[in-house]
Amino acid sequence: MEPSIGFHPVNRIPEPDTASSQVPYLILRGVTKRFPLVLANDHIDLDIFQGEIHALLGENGAGKSTLMKIMYGFYRADAGVMNVNGQPVEIHSPAEARKFGIGMLFQDFSLIPAMSVAENIALFLEDLKMVVDIRQVDKRIQELAVRYHLQVRSQIKVSELSIGEQQKVEILKLLLSGAKILILDEPTRVLAPHEVAALFKVLDNLRASGYAIILITHKLKEVLDCADRITILRGGCVTGSLLRSEASEKKLLDLMFGKEMPGLSTQRRAAGKDRLDPVLELRDVETHGEGAETSLKEINLKIFPGEIVGVAGISGNGQKELGDLVLGMISCARGEKLLFGKEATQISIREVRRQGVAFIPENPLVMATIPWMTVLENLALTRPWRYAIRGGLSVNWGSVKKDVQAGLEKMAYKLPLYAPARSLSGGNLQRMVIIRELGLDPRFIIASYMTRGLDVQSTIAARQALLDARQAGAGVLLISEDLEEIFTLSDRLIVLYGGRIVGEFVPEETDIYQVGYLMTGSSSENGATH
Amino acid sequence: MAQPTETPKRKTFMGQKTITAALRYILMLLLSLVLFGIILALAGKNPIQATIDIFRSTLGSSYGISEVIVAMVPMVITAVAVAIPSRAGLINVGVEGQLYMGACLATWGALTFTQLPAWALLPLLIALGMLGGAFWAFIPGFLKAIGLVNETITSLLLNLVAVNITAFLIFGFWHGPMDTNKTASFIPAARLPTFFGTRIDLSLVFALALLWLFWYLMKYSRWGLEIRAIGGNPQAARRNGIPLKAYQVTLMSLGGAIAGIAGMSLVSGYYGLLLANFSTGYGYMGFLISWLSFGNPVGILLVSFLVAMITTGGNLLQLTQGVPYAVINILLALSLYIVMARPKFFKEAKQ
Repeated sequence: MEPSIGFHPVNRIPEPDTASSQVPYLILRGVTKRFPLVLANDHIDLDIFQGEIHALLGENGAGKSTLMKIMYGFYRADAGVMNVNGQPVEIHSPAEARKFGIGMLFQDFSLIPAMSVAENIALFLEDLKMVVDIRQVDKRIQELAVRYHLQVRSQIKVSELSIGEQQKVEILKLLLSGAKILILDEPTRVLAPHEVAALFKVLDNLRASGYAIILITHKLKEVLDCADRITILRGGCVTGSLLRSEASEKKLLDLMFGKEMPGLSTQRRAAGKDRLDPVLELRDVETHGEGAETSLKEINLKIFPGEIVGVAGISGNGQKELGDLVLGMISCARGEKLLFGKEATQISIREVRRQGVAFIPENPLVMATIPWMTVLENLALTRPWRYAIRGGLSVNWGSVKKDVQAGLEKMAYKLPLYAPARSLSGGNLQRMVIIRELGLDPRFIIASYMTRGLDVQSTIAARQALLDARQAGAGVLLISEDLEEIFTLSDRLIVLYGGRIVGEFVPEETDIYQVGYLMTGSSSENGATH
Repeated sequence: MAQPTETPKRKTFMGQKTITAALRYILMLLLSLVLFGIILALAGKNPIQATIDIFRSTLGSSYGISEVIVAMVPMVITAVAVAIPSRAGLINVGVEGQLYMGACLATWGALTFTQLPAWALLPLLIALGMLGGAFWAFIPGFLKAIGLVNETITSLLLNLVAVNITAFLIFGFWHGPMDTNKTASFIPAARLPTFFGTRIDLSLVFALALLWLFWYLMKYSRWGLEIRAIGGNPQAARRNGIPLKAYQVTLMSLGGAIAGIAGMSLVSGYYGLLLANFSTGYGYMGFLISWLSFGNPVGILLVSFLVAMITTGGNLLQLTQGVPYAVINILLALSLYIVMARPKFFKEAKQ
């Protein structure tokens, strides 16, 4: 094989290469990275061979992302060496990483929606000429696409592609730029079940052609489904590196957490509660979406006390709007909204909040947090009337703190109360919002992507808190992309597609494939999303 | 990444930070003086003598200091009028117009209720001034809240309208028997009392009280918390149930009311009558000062004092150095650019 693919990476599809897989293509030794207060990576050793899918498993904060960012040149390691294809290297930037054949697929894609697939890919090519020959680029795309089952319509705009197709484009981009190591950061997070299956098939093909694939994830099932080797990180250290044949779910969990995990008590709700008034009722509601918003159409929904209703759907099919509609951010263009049996179509968000509605939004940083305020101040925001003293002239921070500490104890979370919210990691932000919203016995909870970004322990605590709230008689609207979560927690589930409810099930009477197909609009004709 | 679970102490480096910030501002000021000196030197003047003249004429005598304070007071008040809405992310460029409207309504009161004693008339004039300013700021605030027009544009454009309304009222109705462009002098009961035989009047107390009120409300009250939340992230604030629109209208009107106090105290204190085009850009100066001090109450006081010093000292510079008054604008502009660029003189330890 070539000594260094880095300096003429273009126009070449890496040759199938299985003979050399005895020597690791990428070697990390003693990689250490310290952030203030935190040792993110502590002497990490890692070997990546060609022709393997190497899963990097660990809870949030275990140091997976930091390690990947070091490999891809975002961060520089404080200590340690890196060796690509037998040569010691130092990588200072993503551009250099690409020269060494390292490509990364991010959680949030980096495609330009207004441009066509081929143009997007052309942008990424290093040998792009002054005059762009899109046809030639297209030819190269098709060549690769056929070989690895990555067929996409390369002439249409990216904005018209589904998330799964966009991911294919991202992978094509990396392949065409000559990457030999593909780093995939939680690639299945945004995919429906059958799309996940398709992605794994693509990965299989790539592996067979000698590509090295690093799969970052915290989903055990996926790891066991497709990885050849599994490296587990905990607290910045490697706690184990196993072959697939040696791994079992139990073993992986032990390595990830080092202790027994608490289980989830998921008893179904008691029957006969339907006779109570619903906590939320939407009657024939429609909204007019502005800009990128999805318009909701013909929404009829009842949620009863002590019931969790799951909302399945791919992002952008009206889940955000449904949550905002119930909260009052979006007004009904038609139809009626009733909360706790009373007309609530027009009332203000503050009134909705006062009645005991909690809201955990899909994006805690943008939708629920004031970045420059401290955590404690953020925690007081939802119920300022509760903490105001002397008619509002002062705020009783002692009582805020008492509430917060009770919440933290209940969930076994920890938060720095006086740090500005913007300094928190994604997981901690989510914890902050959960503590704020689930404290003080809400009567109705809108939870969007509640466990996104949380590690397994925090996830279990958050889910348990939802179940406890249900037990206490609260209604829950659970919006999630994680079908497993919806199937585990929901008493009833609906599927949103293109702003409509396209299916309603009891979890026991359906399966993830039926729901997954509905989510992608496969058995529905209402394809319009705007 | 692993999360830091240790709670950092609340005010660990507060003292050190304050000193660093103060040093930084002093160095910025020196830097602008040096640049100003270069310009004077290029014009063939003596920059060192000019600087000494500025300091001597302002800080060198009690009269000089009192004149600086007289110039500073309206700047402080207008700066607060900008700073309050700015905490909720509202940009009030209309303080100049709100000041005019406040002055107009106060003047109407002073010319109408000539029978009232001072203890009744002055509070009435203040209330009228606040009403006039608040009304003028309510318009952009309301238009913003219903999502029609950005408050920056409307408040700026309304400035011109207010100036012309004032001129219309003076030329058409209120001008004194001997003048066309100003009213007759107010009766003594409508004048703000002055202190120590200087031109400093009661508005100094208004200014300091407003500054304190602004600081206290923002820092300690529930409303301050909600206002800062809106300024920090309006979307999140709304989802938390904070009534965004109500705050937008209220805060703009409040800013306007404060600007109205500035207008009232100028006509009832400094001038003692209403003059067409009486404000020499106090509203814009307040805007500048508010942003230069990043809405910090102590900063507002310091920056206002400095600007007042430069403008009063500049008057003298015309005489001693024979330079046009415009060079003072150069000095102000230089300071503005330097503060906005926020140069770092010290290597700050990374958090």
